[in-house]
Amino acid sequence: MELQTNVDGADVHVHEHHHDEHEHHEDGFIRKYIFTEDHKTIAKQFLILGLMWAFMGGAMSVIFRLQLGFPDFNLEWLRPILGTWINETGKLEQEKYLALVTMHGTIMVFFVLTAGLSGTFSNFLIPLQVGARDMASGFMNMLSFWFFFLASVVMFTSLFLETGPASGGWVIYPPLSALPEAVPGSGAGMTYWLISMALFIVSSLLGGINYITTVINMRTKGLSFSRLPLTIWAFFLTAIIGLLSFPVLFAAALLLIFDRSMGTSFFLSDIYIGGKPLHHQGGSAILFQHLFWFLGHPEVYIVLLPALGITSEIIATNARKPIFGYRAMVGSMIGIGVLSFIVWAHHMFVTGMNPFLGTIFMLLTLIIAVPSAVKAFNYITTLWKGNIIFTPAMMFSIGLVSLFISGGVTGIVLGNNALDIQLHDTYFVVAHFHLVMGSASFFGMVAGVYHWFPKMFGRMMDDKLGYVHFWATFIGVYLVFFPMHYIGIAGFPRRYYSFSTFDFTKSYADLNMFISVAAIVTFSAQGLFAFNFVYSIFRGRLAPQNPWGSNTLEWTTPRVPGHGNWPGAIPTVHRWPYDYSKPDSDKDGFSDFIPQNIPFSQTPHSNFENENELIAKQEGKNAGGNQQHHH
Amino acid sequence: MKVDKLNSPVNNTLTQENKGVALSMHPRKFGLWLFIVSVCMMFAALTSAYIVKFTEGQPLVYDIPIMFWVTSVVILASSLTMHLAYKSAHKDNIKNVKMFMTITTILGVVFLVGQWYAWIELVQAGVFFAGSKSAPTGSFIYVFSGVHAIHIISAVVFLLITLRLAFNNKISSQKTSVIEMCATYWHFLDLLWIYLFVFLLLNH
Repeated sequence: MELQTNVDGADVHVHEHHHDEHEHHEDGFIRKYIFTEDHKTIAKQFLILGLMWAFMGGAMSVIFRLQLGFPDFNLEWLRPILGTWINETGKLEQEKYLALVTMHGTIMVFFVLTAGLSGTFSNFLIPLQVGARDMASGFMNMLSFWFFFLASVVMFTSLFLETGPASGGWVIYPPLSALPEAVPGSGAGMTYWLISMALFIVSSLLGGINYITTVINMRTKGLSFSRLPLTIWAFFLTAIIGLLSFPVLFAAALLLIFDRSMGTSFFLSDIYIGGKPLHHQGGSAILFQHLFWFLGHPEVYIVLLPALGITSEIIATNARKPIFGYRAMVGSMIGIGVLSFIVWAHHMFVTGMNPFLGTIFMLLTLIIAVPSAVKAFNYITTLWKGNIIFTPAMMFSIGLVSLFISGGVTGIVLGNNALDIQLHDTYFVVAHFHLVMGSASFFGMVAGVYHWFPKMFGRMMDDKLGYVHFWATFIGVYLVFFPMHYIGIAGFPRRYYSFSTFDFTKSYADLNMFISVAAIVTFSAQGLFAFNFVYSIFRGRLAPQNPWGSNTLEWTTPRVPGHGNWPGAIPTVHRWPYDYSKPDSDKDGFSDFIPQNIPFSQTPHSNFENENELIAKQEGKNAGGNQQHHH
Repeated sequence: MKVDKLNSPVNNTLTQENKGVALSMHPRKFGLWLFIVSVCMMFAALTSAYIVKFTEGQPLVYDIPIMFWVTSVVILASSLTMHLAYKSAHKDNIKNVKMFMTITTILGVVFLVGQWYAWIELVQAGVFFAGSKSAPTGSFIYVFSGVHAIHIISAVVFLLITLRLAFNNKISSQKTSVIEMCATYWHFLDLLWIYLFVFLLLNH
């Protein structure tokens, strides 16, 4: 055993555990920062690439919001960036509007809120919070990032195709996505999209297999499932959902590729172009929707569950209270996970589905409200009478709870198969999922960045900028998406280029303008976050080892954990992660939190009765080594 | 993947340190099982899509190629030899490991060739993958056997890697994890084919 520790303990190398993997352990620049197998660096790679995509996806939404809010506005000044996407009259090309909407959806759902959120925090927190040196397979983990990187390159390249990127909506329904005659983006752009998504699915599966294996196999001593932090529960369940649903999307994409490139007819039938029939016979476009939404709906929870897990952790820590209803939280996440697989057809109520079948899917959909409400209730009861510390991370977490509730309530409306006839594919749907899935998950991601930034980079982000960022985003998001509900109820269809043609849509022109202004302000406010993030990496205040007084294991590592995470032995876990403000903990020499690695025997005053029984049991075990020595 | 590292006892320090509540299965073996789950999900999607297509409209009626019966027997035989190779490894009978692994690999390749001839048989019977004369139910047979064949190719590569380890004396009764993973994957693909075959027999 040979340890080298420098003064602040930041740069510790552990030799004995990695002999076989890293004979040349002083890694060069490339091994350390680029083709790295260290989960913390891979997490940062996911985060930075994810954030870059977030800004790109956000910028796209600003461009199409300009078109929607100000249909007569001259966009000539955007020509240096958009080139021929702006036509001679200074307006956005109609087909490129569709391309922007499609790319915005794809980027946000998959690249930002799946890879950027799960990829970042599962990678960063799973080994640190379960007490492992690294992921089960560092090599697969590295591949996972580089497959995501390749997927990103292909998708980015597709933006520069002459015919434009995929334009058939992020759900890529055939025949729109299958035939270049439908929209130019369904030519080469769609091919790039499918290649990119196939790479992305490989990345997700590699990551997911690693997350599940690490949580099951590599927990430290004492860390039973009933003591897992809720973050880990969330990442674990997310990975399982991904493992079960992404292969189905892969199957759908494969069949679509065959239809597009090889002339099969899985999804195509009876199509006439210019009066001439295509040879495709016997396929079914609805079949694609079934396959797509079998992934698509679980994907919603792949996006949301990690954010909910992060929120649980941040709210308990900053309310200085144990999470309310730990078991109910775990149970409701499992419930949401299971239900997510049997509700997909609620996206298809208006496809001519048997109304009886629709009613069953409505029932199953509405049942999801129960575990969701349990979670919302538990967040609020955790806050109730807590000693709340409003860090920026806490603000964003509370913001998530607000968005989760106000966006979730409209889900009950949309889940009803009779009401959906009116609301389907309107701005009501856009408002609903942007609040509950888009904004809520984004808030969870940002909260996670503020909260774990000190562990990632060893420095603190600026609080004041964080508060400004929070209020601008929180108010902005509501100003953008709340009015959309009204527009949707009035019957505005989504994905339309312009609303100036019909009288009934013209009357909402002012509201659309208002939404666009709010969107631009909200997007601009993210610049504060970008500045804060980059500036703090280099110039931020040095972080203390445990800045938030948190219980979980990652805060027992050095300020900047080295390869292998803990310089010495891996800590053993003795208690659950939510011993905040335990009565009489001060008599044991602790302030208002007792970290997970503190044995009950060190805290005789604050132990509860059942915990004392546990100690007795443990001591009996240690003394006699006899497992049957019960009370 | 750096497969041969799996066998070295040093490599296990990472997990041994964590012994306590954790599962005793080696992480990579567990990872393989998870991969198998994802493959199952993909075929579940494809076969359920087939059922949807088959039950609605007028499905294409066709005969199952005779060759599929032959390849099914071949792959069942290869599972048997794979198992014998695995048992031999446990008995430290490396000579037999090499022999049975070689036979398994050859049977794997024979299976692939047989699938190719089954496709030829299908084309001759007028069941096409694509084009104006094709129908989705017919195309699905190609998708099932084709996607399965791609997995078989990956498994043959795995067999070759394991075979190389055997010839380098890196497999013994003490070092069985690679051959065990190889056997698990091979048996799974065998079962998967039998499932697809029976599925097609019942729905054609």
